[in-house]
Amino acid sequence: MALLWLRFALACYFIGLIYAFFALRRTSDLFSRIALHAASLGMVFHFVSLVELFLSGHVVWASVHNGESLLAFFSMTFFMIIYAIYQTTAPGVVVFPIVFFLTFVAAVDQQPVLLTAFVQHKGWLIAHIILIFTGYAALVLSFGASLLYLLQERRLKAKKPSSLISFLPALEVIDQIGYRSLLLGFPFMTLGLITGSVVAMSTYGYVDFKDPKILLSILMWFVYMVMVFTRWNSGWRGRRAAVLATFAFVAAVVAWAANYFSTIHRFAAS
Amino acid sequence: MRYQLIGVNHKSAPLELRERLAIPESRLPDVCRDLSTHPGIEEGMIISTCNRVELVTHTANGSADLRGFLHDHFHLTGEELDAHLYEFREKDAVRHVFRVASSLDSMVVGEAQILGQVKEAYATARAVGSVRSQLDQLFTRAFPVPKPVRSETAVGSSSVSIASVAVELAKKIFGTLQGKNVFIVGAGKMSELAARHLMAHGCASIFVANRTYDRAIGLAQKFNGQAIKFDDLYSNCDRADIVITSTGAPHAIFRREHGEQFLARRKNRPMFFIDIAVPRDVSPEMAKLDGIFAYDIDDLQQAVSSHVADRRKEAELAEAIITSEVERFEARLHTQDVVPTIVSLQDHLETIRQAEIDRVRGRMGPLTPDQEMAVEALTRGIINKVMHTPITTLKTAAREAEATTVIDVVRRLFNLREKGKGPASQANEESSGKKGAEAAPLNQSRSDGM
Repeated sequence: MALLWLRFALACYFIGLIYAFFALRRTSDLFSRIALHAASLGMVFHFVSLVELFLSGHVVWASVHNGESLLAFFSMTFFMIIYAIYQTTAPGVVVFPIVFFLTFVAAVDQQPVLLTAFVQHKGWLIAHIILIFTGYAALVLSFGASLLYLLQERRLKAKKPSSLISFLPALEVIDQIGYRSLLLGFPFMTLGLITGSVVAMSTYGYVDFKDPKILLSILMWFVYMVMVFTRWNSGWRGRRAAVLATFAFVAAVVAWAANYFSTIHRFAAS
Repeated sequence: MRYQLIGVNHKSAPLELRERLAIPESRLPDVCRDLSTHPGIEEGMIISTCNRVELVTHTANGSADLRGFLHDHFHLTGEELDAHLYEFREKDAVRHVFRVASSLDSMVVGEAQILGQVKEAYATARAVGSVRSQLDQLFTRAFPVPKPVRSETAVGSSSVSIASVAVELAKKIFGTLQGKNVFIVGAGKMSELAARHLMAHGCASIFVANRTYDRAIGLAQKFNGQAIKFDDLYSNCDRADIVITSTGAPHAIFRREHGEQFLARRKNRPMFFIDIAVPRDVSPEMAKLDGIFAYDIDDLQQAVSSHVADRRKEAELAEAIITSEVERFEARLHTQDVVPTIVSLQDHLETIRQAEIDRVRGRMGPLTPDQEMAVEALTRGIINKVMHTPITTLKTAAREAEATTVIDVVRRLFNLREKGKGPASQANEESSGKKGAEAAPLNQSRSDGM
């Protein structure tokens, strides 16, 4: 049943995806309202799916696909929080496709890939997953915001009259969304990595720093930290911030993808 | 009506060219004088604002070489300039002047500032004597035109103006303007207006820098702001989020290195430059920096033009008013041509009438008041009836091209001379004197009879 609800959610997110494709070219209040409602409905289905999964008892939280589903849900939550504060659906342009992709993968392919065969401290593991996914979701939003920032900056620089009527929020608002997501995500990410290490320690007795998953996670955390630092220290934004955010996002995706390779330990060579 | 006008405006010429044509205020009197002594030109004045440079002239034969004047004066070749010029003559020139004064030709249609600028240009040219009777007539007629245009149409009522576009843009950059600081560089009417709009939307404080420090203080006081010495401009500018600059400097005063300094000190928080100066104050190189958003007068125009479409209907109404004003002006000019003829015609016939009445009195002796009244009414009636058609014809002809011919015919038919020279007017004076002398006993007898 959980899978069925997830597929309902996917259908709703699909509307968001369409919105993301057209929003940049055409501004329509009606369309953004439809997308918003569809996304909210999708979140409800999504939530039901997650709850049902949890209640079914034999949940394997550490399965990659359940993880993807959870990340998608967190990203949507962030999106909704931003909507509540800033009244803008603009981040959806970036968030919707990512959420759709994550949900799609989770809803279609249901063969769980287990990360850890045997975990002693289940509580730590759950904490790890929730923390790290919140961090990821914040990163997704921050990445989205930095792309929107670039876009809005270009429009303002191009001096087209349409820049006045564009649906994008003001440059500083986008900047704030990105920066706040970034700031909020950082402690989650850090704590997530720490709890992850604890789990690894308790499971294997040591942390293998040569494992691609761990290596990439540390790299991602490092880029994340550089981003927060440059932003805080010299107020990097615009193009430079976007490059960094993209870099951090790619690192996060790669670190995520490393789940598929981590058990066979071959990713480190490439 | 040998008016002739040539010029460039924001639609016909790019900012780069207008920058080269702009005449600083200090040189305007000299250029006006040069213009009015140019061959074929009787009177001339120059309207030079950031959006237009126009020569308005009254010429000797209706076709003076105004292009030549521009080429010589600005050292520009025909290739550089001619494609961007527009030229109007006679009625079209009048229409253009009316449109400019009414702000229908402005970048921001309906803004009120242009009228003040035209008035200043007129005053300058008048002071050096390059505006005399002909242009005087034209402009004294042009100045009241904006009033009906503004009161009878909604052209000026829309909030769209450079200032409000600037506010909209600032909001696109900063979101809210609450707590943002504004820096005015070069105290001018336009920057004051823009600042007023920005403050109305919540901007926190204002700084003013001006070459003349006293003016900076004056303007700063208006806004409860802070005057900054011009020399301290660069060290203070980064305190502002929005900079409105409109100095008369011949070169850009904000260059790339300044922008880099500002951004470094501001930790890259964006800055918005509203550059309403021509030539521009913000160099294009600086405008390229990330975090610097510089809009010059043409960019603002573009932003404004998207709103202009909404007001096309109102503009049509306004054009109709202009057309009727142009016709009225034209009619007035021609009527002025026929008025002397009508007056001498009236004088001429009145002289004849008086002479005939005197003759009758001489033959019949004093008349009774009743008779006197009857004769008076009869003769006046005849004269009025006879004069009605020629006068109407003259007035009608005044509005058309054939005025001169009709005037000529009437003068020849009635043997009228130029005003003051004709035998008619002399005779008139004599007869009226006589009339006065005779009037008293006549009145006497009349009261007796009653």
